[in-house]
Amino acid sequence: MATPNTPLSGGGGPFPQGRGRAGRALRGIARPYRSSHGVGRFMLVTGTVLVVLMVLTAVFAPLLAPFGFAQVSGDDGQRFATHLEPGGDHLFGTTTQGFDVFSRVVWGARTAVTVVLLALMFSLFIGVLLGLLAGFVGRWVDRVLVMIMDALFALPALLLAIVVAFLLSEYVGGGASTAALAITAVYVPQYFRVVRAATVSAKEQTYVEAARAMGAKPVTIMVRYLLTNVIQSVPVIATLNAADAILTLAGLGFLGYGIQPTEAAEWGYDLQRAVADTGAGIWWTGLFPGLAIVLLVMGLTLMGEGLNETMNPAIRVRRLLPVSMPELTSRTSAPDAAGAGTGRERGAAGERPEQETSKDGDAS
Amino acid sequence: MPTKPEPSTAVESDARPTLMDIRDLRVHYELRGSALARLLGGGGATVKAVDGVNLALRRGEVLGLVGESGSGKTTLGRALLGLVPATAGHITYGGQDLAELNQRQLRPMRRRLQMVFQDPHAALNPSMDISTAVAHPLRIHGLVGSRAEGRARAAEAIERVGLVPAEQFLDKLPVELSGGQKQRAVIARAIICGPELLVADEPISMLDMSVRAKILELMLELRADLDLTYVYITHDLATAKFFCDRVAIMYMGRIVEIGPTDEIFADPKHPYTQALLRAVPDPDPERQVPRDLPRGEIADAAAPPHGCSFHPRCPYAFEPCGWEARDLRAMFERRWTELGEEVWERESALVGELDEIEGYQEQVRLKVGDRAPELVSLLDEARAHDPDEPLWRGVESIDSDDGTVTVRFRAGVDPALGPAGNIDVACHLHNPELRPK
Repeated sequence: MATPNTPLSGGGGPFPQGRGRAGRALRGIARPYRSSHGVGRFMLVTGTVLVVLMVLTAVFAPLLAPFGFAQVSGDDGQRFATHLEPGGDHLFGTTTQGFDVFSRVVWGARTAVTVVLLALMFSLFIGVLLGLLAGFVGRWVDRVLVMIMDALFALPALLLAIVVAFLLSEYVGGGASTAALAITAVYVPQYFRVVRAATVSAKEQTYVEAARAMGAKPVTIMVRYLLTNVIQSVPVIATLNAADAILTLAGLGFLGYGIQPTEAAEWGYDLQRAVADTGAGIWWTGLFPGLAIVLLVMGLTLMGEGLNETMNPAIRVRRLLPVSMPELTSRTSAPDAAGAGTGRERGAAGERPEQETSKDGDAS
Repeated sequence: MPTKPEPSTAVESDARPTLMDIRDLRVHYELRGSALARLLGGGGATVKAVDGVNLALRRGEVLGLVGESGSGKTTLGRALLGLVPATAGHITYGGQDLAELNQRQLRPMRRRLQMVFQDPHAALNPSMDISTAVAHPLRIHGLVGSRAEGRARAAEAIERVGLVPAEQFLDKLPVELSGGQKQRAVIARAIICGPELLVADEPISMLDMSVRAKILELMLELRADLDLTYVYITHDLATAKFFCDRVAIMYMGRIVEIGPTDEIFADPKHPYTQALLRAVPDPDPERQVPRDLPRGEIADAAAPPHGCSFHPRCPYAFEPCGWEARDLRAMFERRWTELGEEVWERESALVGELDEIEGYQEQVRLKVGDRAPELVSLLDEARAHDPDEPLWRGVESIDSDDGTVTVRFRAGVDPALGPAGNIDVACHLHNPELRPK
């Protein structure tokens, strides 16, 4: 999953040359950044920068925020003045209740990132698992699951989230996990559909039959042969869904079904409280949480669209990487990796990455 | 009624013990009819992909399954491994009947029965590196304790199939290998568990010419070293001649001829085999052999011809081959193609109902009213035009009464595999009871 934690080579930085699993994973993450160009690259890089900033804010919230999210008095026991304008001790001012807006925004980032990560993990797990099952097993399992997922799809996202949040709030409480589960219910059908469709086509591949011929159990086939090949399109959806999830979370908070104000700072809730302030000319209580939502959603959307641009084979335009031919003299004096084939059949291995990319670029 | 082919009666002269015995194996596929037909239980037609195959695989031999596309050779190969369920019949291997085992019971057997696929580019999981892929059968069957041990065994197998040095390939992904290298990796994966039987489904047809012979040589080497038995599925007679000890020629789900490779190539018995051999391109431009290739196309598998499946295309077909109404239509179509539009317009008005003939009918009744004598004379004319047309040998009588012309055909007999020298052949021409004197 190309989640926010991918600042590795934002702008076509050094290409990790490592071998083996770790090296391959790094290369996989870096590939969209290397092979994108033009607008796609701009979106990808801008989005990644925004998202990384937000994630850093979330991670270092205790260091960044001068006060707690529910703190209404300073260390000296003195209550904060309400409706303080931005500046001085309170960078973004204070609210009607006397909260420090800057601290609420910073802690809100932590809430948003936590909830969205949790929701993504849950919905990825459930959606991918069920999608694999439905696609691989087929028959009635498939039909029943598709019917359930279509039913979920038919409900408006926010309404579904509200219902789930409402139902869960009795058992789980009004914390981050409830909000995450409510959002999960909204996004599971998307992963289910994508993974199921990919599984249905992948299971007809020869390598799946080869796995059966080897004697692999259905579970082994699903995990080792199908899963790795069907989750290719998931990062794009996951990133775009994350943006959507932020909005759903804020919507829940705004309507009062989300995280309770005593549990954590939440931008949607803050916005809702700020509605009354706008009439009184108090702009700062609404502007900053709103801006935070806009930045994070924009970052995730840009990142998702950028990823889509580079990874979706239907619209991908690959960058033509320059092919550097080695000097004639150096070639004769120092045989490179390409020359050390198999002895029987010369492998196309040594000079592959540049060549393949450029070839694809020509073709498209 | 068609008679079922009897099990092979030829003396199996070879002393090698039998590895796998296939008796009357059938693999049928139900074609999906319309939703209504399925509701009413009528369903669609049945395609008999494999229709009563008898075969004894001997240990250590290379058996070639040769046939056109759609002859059922691939389905037969997969059925031997239990990859497609048998509809009926028995596959006896190691004291067990594979046709009766379910997938769970088959899984442990898969160590000994392996497969090499046609398309090496698709046969390897694109997201699994070579060492993991090759060692995976070992891990599936619990034959190695650790990942490192599996990797070592994979390296061994990879070197065994000629990917040297193994270190260069172990960590590669399939996309980084050429077609020949991938096929070697597939073979390495197939032999790593020490199988007895390897079904190779056109293993070289997707490879470059330059590597084909090397892959076949490799497979022969492996057979000698590892005591393997091959079932080699191909449509390429040249490689079958080079590679196989015995060849089974398949046509429409049945084995029509089986015997030692040399003898089949030197003296093919079945008209279909003869036609196949004539169809092999000859690189010598001086030797322009007249090639009377089988006419028409391979028949519809959902409605195979009556009697011998090959009789509509066979130049030597005679009385008992299974003549039926459809053949009359085919005869007229050929005639009209030959004689042109004018004849077609004139005659098709007379015999127009032929389009409705489907399935097996041993007689065809043409209602033509007072033009019956005209039609009878047309049939006579067609016969006189092309007296060598095998169809006429199968026509028993042409009667006309009361405005209806009835063409009766002789009863057809299903040819069974019977001995003709060292070869078993399913053709009435070689059946001493039916053979024309």
